Amino acid sequence: MSRRIRMLVLGPALAGFGALFAWAIAGLPAFGDYRGPYGFVLNRVVVPMRHTTNVVMGTTFDVRGVDTMGEEFILYAAVVGVTLLLRDETRSRQAERRTRRLPNETVRLVGVVMVGAGLLVGLWLMAFGYITPGGGFQGGVLAAGAILLLYVVGSHRDFRPFRNEHFLDPLEGVGAGGYAIVGLAALLSGTAFLTNLFGLGRTGTLLSSGSIAILNWASAIAVTCAMLLLFAEFLETYVVPLEPEDAGS
Amino acid sequence: MVLATLAPLQAVAFGLVALGAPLVVLTRDPLRQALVNGIYGVSLVCLFVVLQAPDPALSMLVVSGVGYPLVILAAIARVRGKEPGEEKKEDDEP
Amino acid sequence: MSYLPYAVAAWICLVGIAGIATSKNLIHLAVCLTITQSSSYVLLLSVGYVKHGKAPIFVGRKVGSTAADPVVQALTLTDVVVSVAVIALILALALDAHRLSGTVDPDGIADMSG
Repeated sequence: MSRRIRMLVLGPALAGFGALFAWAIAGLPAFGDYRGPYGFVLNRVVVPMRHTTNVVMGTTFDVRGVDTMGEEFILYAAVVGVTLLLRDETRSRQAERRTRRLPNETVRLVGVVMVGAGLLVGLWLMAFGYITPGGGFQGGVLAAGAILLLYVVGSHRDFRPFRNEHFLDPLEGVGAGGYAIVGLAALLSGTAFLTNLFGLGRTGTLLSSGSIAILNWASAIAVTCAMLLLFAEFLETYVVPLEPEDAGS
Repeated sequence: MVLATLAPLQAVAFGLVALGAPLVVLTRDPLRQALVNGIYGVSLVCLFVVLQAPDPALSMLVVSGVGYPLVILAAIARVRGKEPGEEKKEDDEP
Repeated sequence: MSYLPYAVAAWICLVGIAGIATSKNLIHLAVCLTITQSSSYVLLLSVGYVKHGKAPIFVGRKVGSTAADPVVQALTLTDVVVSVAVIALILALALDAHRLSGTVDPDGIADMSG
């Protein structure tokens, strides 16, 4: 249908959708008047039962662990899709020849410092995810971004070792598959899928919360490698088709 | 009074987010829209913090600061066909 | 007024959908999709808010003190990170469409023949 007809249909459609939305909102409890039992139950029960002070992490990786496994597989599938669409084997070899650096020395210095700082903060978020706010997902994106900053302040050749697909592809599989394997290990030992089998440790230290720590690191590895692959595929789609320099030193 | 349940800080945060969304949509140029989207992401982070949700706030912070600008800018550059600053061949290798 | 947060979420959703429908550029369309996704985050977190509650992190606090709902926060935080990958996939499709048809206009691509 033409664009005009689409616009004419859009108005009433949005109005009808808005009316349904308003009707649905009228049935919700007022803002702040939380009635559901699960929030209160979890806030009381997760810390003694799982020895993790970050109840959101305990929910993500233990109480609702199957949800997170599904989300990780969505991430994995999306990265596979992007790779299939954008990766071209002949381009990977041409990427070596580009050497272009930022001309401004101050910006490069600040950027190099930020690479280290970003990587450290990302690793800290990953490691302490089940004690204070943080976790594998947040730390993974930040660490991948910090590594990508190498490309911005340096050249593509500085970034190239971290983009090696022979290394990143299996590592991402280790992250996503490791999650499923931990769940299957629980299944094989006679309990339900993703039961927290490992020793629980002392609340508030790094050695706590059993399988939540392992799943946290598995998802951190998966998310970091997935983000690096995504960013690298997008970058190389436009880096290389431009005229490559012949005499790249 | 029904306004008692919505503290002023939360009202301001919700107002900023409600104001930012149409601004992002109305910005038609993708390059400018990426920038406005980043600002909208920061306002969402403020909203999440005010709603007592630090973990989603951290996620939104890294994603709207690192994730979205990167894929959007890379797509824009590819569609435009050239990367700004690439015309001059600069090789300052020691 | 205590329904204002939900109304804001509905407003953002409608604005995002209107942006998607009236878009003339596939990259602009992808960003409007992220706006629509953000409306779901606002709705989830507004539903989970407890009056006078703090964050559900119990470092140095008594376990069981009033805190927000952790379930919706868990759903939101994984969703935010995964949405980057989904938007990247949509943008990759847009790049492919641009490569094949030479335009990023959704209406222009539909007219491609052969």
